[in-house]
Amino acid sequence: MSLFHVVEFCLKIGQLFWMLCCWLVSWLIDDKSPLPVGSVGDPDKTKMKKNHHHHNKMCFFWNKISTSGFKIPTFSLHPVRFGKNWWKKVVVAWVVLWVLISFWTFCYFSSQAMDKRKETLASMCDERARMLQDQFNVSMNHVQAMSILISTFHHAKFPSAIDQRTFSEYTDRTSFERPLTSGVAYAVRVLHSERKEFERQQGWIIRRMDSFEQKPVHKDEYNIEALEPSPVQKEYAPVIFAQDTVSHVISLDMLSGKEDRENVLRARKSGKGVLTAPFPLIKTNRLGVILTFAVYKRDLPSNATPKERIEATNGYLGGVFDIESLVENLLQQLASKQTILVNVYDTTNHSEPISMYGSDVSADGLEHVSPLNFGDPFRKHEMRCRFKQKPPWPVLTMVTSFCILVIALLIAHIFHATMSRIQRVEEDCHKMKLLKKKAEAADVAKSQFLATVSHEIRTPMNGVLGMLHMLMDTELDVTQQDYVRTAQASGKALVSLINEVLDQAKIESGKLELEEVRFDLRGILDDVLSLFSGKSQEKGLELAVYISDHVPEMLIGDPGRFRQILTNLMGNSIKFTEKGHIFVTVHLVEELLDSSDVETSTSTENTLSGLPVADRQRSWQKFKSFSSSGHRSFALAPSEINLIVSVEDTGVGIPVEAQSRIFTPFMQVGPSISRTHGGTGIGLSISKCLVGLMKGEIGFSSIPKVGSTFTFTAVFANGMHSSERKSELHNNNQPILSEFKGMKAVLVDHKPARGQVSRYHFQRLGIRVEIVSGVEQALRFTTTVNIILIEQEVWSKEADVFIKKLQKDPLVHSPKLFLLANSIDTSISDSLRNIIDPPVLIVKPLRASMLAATLQRGLGIGNSETSQQKGPPALILRNLLLGRKILIVDDNNVNLRVAAGALKKYGADVVCAESGVKAISLLKPPHEFDACFMDIQMPEMDGFEATRRIRDMEEEMNERNKTGESLTVEESNRTRWHLPVLAMTADVIQATHEECLKCGMDGYVSKPFEAEQLYREVSRFFSSPSDTES
Amino acid sequence: MDLVQMQKSLQDYTKSLFLEGVLDSQFLQLQQLQDESNPDFVSQVVTLFFQDSDRILNDLSLSLDQQVVDFKKVDPHVHQLKGSSSSIGAQRVKNACVVFRNFCEQQNVEACHRCLQQVKQEYYLVKNRLETLFKLEQQIVASGGMIPAMELGF
Repeated sequence: MSLFHVVEFCLKIGQLFWMLCCWLVSWLIDDKSPLPVGSVGDPDKTKMKKNHHHHNKMCFFWNKISTSGFKIPTFSLHPVRFGKNWWKKVVVAWVVLWVLISFWTFCYFSSQAMDKRKETLASMCDERARMLQDQFNVSMNHVQAMSILISTFHHAKFPSAIDQRTFSEYTDRTSFERPLTSGVAYAVRVLHSERKEFERQQGWIIRRMDSFEQKPVHKDEYNIEALEPSPVQKEYAPVIFAQDTVSHVISLDMLSGKEDRENVLRARKSGKGVLTAPFPLIKTNRLGVILTFAVYKRDLPSNATPKERIEATNGYLGGVFDIESLVENLLQQLASKQTILVNVYDTTNHSEPISMYGSDVSADGLEHVSPLNFGDPFRKHEMRCRFKQKPPWPVLTMVTSFCILVIALLIAHIFHATMSRIQRVEEDCHKMKLLKKKAEAADVAKSQFLATVSHEIRTPMNGVLGMLHMLMDTELDVTQQDYVRTAQASGKALVSLINEVLDQAKIESGKLELEEVRFDLRGILDDVLSLFSGKSQEKGLELAVYISDHVPEMLIGDPGRFRQILTNLMGNSIKFTEKGHIFVTVHLVEELLDSSDVETSTSTENTLSGLPVADRQRSWQKFKSFSSSGHRSFALAPSEINLIVSVEDTGVGIPVEAQSRIFTPFMQVGPSISRTHGGTGIGLSISKCLVGLMKGEIGFSSIPKVGSTFTFTAVFANGMHSSERKSELHNNNQPILSEFKGMKAVLVDHKPARGQVSRYHFQRLGIRVEIVSGVEQALRFTTTVNIILIEQEVWSKEADVFIKKLQKDPLVHSPKLFLLANSIDTSISDSLRNIIDPPVLIVKPLRASMLAATLQRGLGIGNSETSQQKGPPALILRNLLLGRKILIVDDNNVNLRVAAGALKKYGADVVCAESGVKAISLLKPPHEFDACFMDIQMPEMDGFEATRRIRDMEEEMNERNKTGESLTVEESNRTRWHLPVLAMTADVIQATHEECLKCGMDGYVSKPFEAEQLYREVSRFFSSPSDTES
Repeated sequence: MDLVQMQKSLQDYTKSLFLEGVLDSQFLQLQQLQDESNPDFVSQVVTLFFQDSDRILNDLSLSLDQQVVDFKKVDPHVHQLKGSSSSIGAQRVKNACVVFRNFCEQQNVEACHRCLQQVKQEYYLVKNRLETLFKLEQQIVASGGMIPAMELGF
C-alpha cells in the first residue's frame, strides 16, 4: 500500500518535471523569437508580426525567415543573444529543479516516517484492544458462570442456598476473577401477581429506578428510602442479591430503568450476555456498562426460540463494568502508556458514538481505530488510539533535504560564478580587442604622421640640397667646395635620417630589405667623418678612422644601411663626448681573431688622445659567432667578407644600470639625456636590427666616465673581382693619388697610436710617412722629405724652437709645413701669422678628399683639371641632354613651363603636351623623342594609363617588326621600341614608385627637379654624347 | 631713384619675401632657369601661374557655392593649384592647398570654404608681392641696370 503511494508520488513528481521542462524550453524559444524580427525589421513586417503574435509565433517566425531574404543576419544574431543568456536560465532551471528535488525528498522521508508512526500506532492500538477484549471476555465468562451458580443454588434448591450475605461474600471473594466488573447483582423475575407475596417475603417493596435516573444525586445523599415504590407493572425485576460495592441497588426494579429494561429484555430473549450502552451509574455516577445474563429455570437448548426463553426466565444477573477505571487499570499494566491516548467508544449508533473512556483532547490527526468485540452482537464498540505527543520534528529529513539544496545551490553558484567570470573575461577580451584595434589604428596614425612629417621635411630639404648643388656648379676654391660638400652631405644625412625614422616602422614589421650594390667602404667612412667633422672640430675632439689594408676597396652590400649604423654609433659618441677622441676602426674578423693583440693593449699611452678607453675586446665578448675558444664557429663562403667595426669614444659612458636596455627602441639612459642631448632613442635599436640583417652582431663595453666602445660585425660580399669597374668608379681618387705618389713626409707626433692613424691616411694618398716623436728628430729629415706634418700639440709646445730653427737655417728647397689640428683655434692661426710662409693647417678629421685638396693647395699643385674631371652633375647633365628631344606631359601649365625651362637649361629640345591623350598622339612609334617626362595625376587620362597605352603601341610595333612587316630599313634597324618614360611626381612614396614600374615607366623624378636625381635617372638611358657620335 | 639703391631695395624686397615665407627656394631655381636665351622666363611662368590660378579660384568658388558640392570636381582644382604654386615656389599658397585637400578628402564643406578664403588670401598676397617685384625689376632694367643675382646666404 505504501509502495503504491510512493510510486504514485513519483509519477506526480515526474509529471511536474516534464511540465517544467516544457515551460523552460518554450521560455527559451520565446525569448529569442522576437529578436530576429526586430533586426530584420522593415516596419510593415514587424506590424504584421505583432498581429500574428499570439496566434502562432513559432510558425510565423520560420515563415518569416524563409520569406525575408535575411537568413544570415538572423542566424548569426542568434548565438550571440542565446550565448549571452542561456546559462542564466540554466542556473534558474537548475535551482528550481533542485528546490523541487529537495522538497520531494523532504516529503518522501516525512511520509515514510508518518507511515511508520501509523504502523506503530496500529499495532499498539490493536494490542490494547485485544487485551481489553480478552479481559472482558474473561469477566463475562465468569458472570455467566455465576448465573449458572445462581440458577443451581438459588432456584433449583429449596430453600435457597444463597442469601444476600452469602452472595455478597462469594462475589467479593471471587471479584479477582472479574477484573473488569465493579460489582455484580442479581434481580429476580417477579410477575405482578406475585408482587405482594414477594414484597412480604423480602420485607421491602419494589422501587422504581427511573426517577433516580432523572435526578441523579450525590452519593452521600443517596437514600434508598426516598425512592418511590414501583408503579404497577406486568412484571418486575427487583434486585435481591448484590455485591457490597453495589448493595444500594437491592430492591430496585431493573425493568423500571430505561437502559436496564432494554438490556434485561434482550438478555432473556437471546440467552446471551447483553451489554447496555454506557451510562452514568447510580450513586457513583461514573460511566459504566452493565452486562446482563438471564437465568433460566431449566437448561435450554441452544436453538430455543425467544418465546421459550422468556417463559423460562427466572431472573437476571448483571455485572457492572466501570469502564473508565477498568480500562485505566488495564492500560497501566502495559508499557508505553504515556505515548498513546486511548478512547473507547460505543458505536452502536454510528452517527453519535458514545464515549466510554478517554478524554476528548485532540492530539494530531493521526488516529487508529481498532474494533472491540465484547460478545454482544447488538452493541458495537471500538477503540481509538492517538499519540499523546505530536510527532517529533523530522530533523534528519530536513537536514538531508537542506543539504541537498545547499549542495545544489553551491553547484549553481559555482556554475554561475564560472560563467559570469567567463563572460567577464569574454567582455574583457572584447574590450581588449577594441583597444588593440585602437592601438593599431594609433600605430597606423603614427606611421601616417611620420610619413607626412618626413615628406614635409623632405620638400624644403630638397630646396637646400638643390641650392647646394647649384653652389657647387659655381666657381669655388677647394675649401669652399669642401664646405659645400660637407653641407650637402649633412643635408643628405638628414634626409636619410628622416627615412630612417620611417625605417623603424619597416624594420618592426619585417619589411626592410637590404640592397646589394657595390660600394666603397672608405668613401662611406670619409663621408660619415665629414658629416661629424663640424661637431668634432667645435668640441675639439680627435676624430679618426682607420681601415685595415686587408679590407677590400669595394664591397657589395647596402652602403646606406651600413652608413646608417655608423652614423648612429658615431652620432651617439659625438653627443656624449666632451674631450678626447672618437676612433673608428674597421678590420676583418679574421685579422682580429688571428692576432688578438692588434691594437688591443689598453695602456693609456696607446689610445688616440691619450685618455683611457673602455676595453674594445670586451665589447665583442658576447658575440655568438666568437666562441670562447677564439675560433670561429661559423663558416663563410669564400667571397664573403666579415667586417668588424669598432667605434671607440672617451665620453661619459653608459651607466651600468642602463646598459641592459640601450638597444630597446625609444629608451634612453634617462629622461634628462633626451633633454640635454636630444635624440629619439631609436638609433641603437635600428642599428641592432640592421646589423642583424647584415648577419652580424652588435655589442659594447662601457665604463662610466671613461668611455664606451661599440663594436659590430657585418657580412658583405667582396666587390673586387671585376677589376674594370673598380677603375671606373675610382676615377675620382685616382688622379689625386697619382699626384702625390712617391712623396715623402715626416710626421711629428709623440703619440704613436695617433701617429699610426695619421700615417694611414697619408699612405692612402701614396705618401710615405715617417713618424718621429720630437721636432729635433724631424729636422733631420728636412732635406729628404717633401712634407713635414706636425701635430698641433707638438706645435704649440715647440713652435718657437721650430720656427727659429727654420729661420736660422733657410733651406733652398724646404719641405712644406703642415699642421694637424682638431679645431681651427684662433691662437694657432694667430701664432701662424707671425711667420713667413706659414704652415698650412689641416683640420681633422682626416679624409682622403679633404687631405688631397689641402695638400694640393699647400703644395701649389693645380686642381683645375681635377675639378673638371670630377664634373658637377649639372655639367654632365648638360652633356647628356644636349640636343635631346624630350616630351613633357603635364596638365598644369605652370609646372609644364618650369619643367621645360629646367630641361631647356641643360640644352634639351623640349616639346610640351598638356594631356595624356595628346602625349599618346605625339608618341606613336616610330618615336621622334628621346625621352618623355610624364605627370602622373592628370585629368581624363593619368600618367599610368598613358604610359600603358604607349607601351601597348610599342609592343604592337615590335611584333610587326619581328614578323618582318617593317617598312623602312631605319625601322628594322631598331630591334625594339622602348621610349624611356619617367614619371614626374610630387610625392615620392614607395607605392607610387612600384606603380610606376608596374605600368611600364622606367623611373621617376620628383617635382620640382633635383639635378642629381635627374642625372641619376637620365644617365640610365642616355650614354654620353661621345658614344652616340661614334 | 639711384640705380644702386634700386638694386639694393630689390634685393631687400626679395629677401623679405623669403623671410616671410611667401616664396621658397623653388623660386630661386626658377630664376636660375632664366638666362640670355630665355630672358623673360620667370615673368612668363609667373604670369601663366596668375592666369591659371585666377581661373582655378574662380572655378573653385563656383563649385563650392553649389547646393551639393561635388568634391570630385573640387579636388583636382586644388591639386592643380598646389602643383603650380609649388612649381613657382609660392610656399604659403601651397601649404594652404595642402590643408584644403585634407578637408576635401573629409568632404567638409564649411572647412573648404574657409580654406578657399585662406588660399585666396595667400594667392593675392603672393600675386601682389610678385607684381611689385617685377615692377622693381622692370624699373631697374629700364634704367639700364642689371638685376642682381640672389644671394643664397639667408
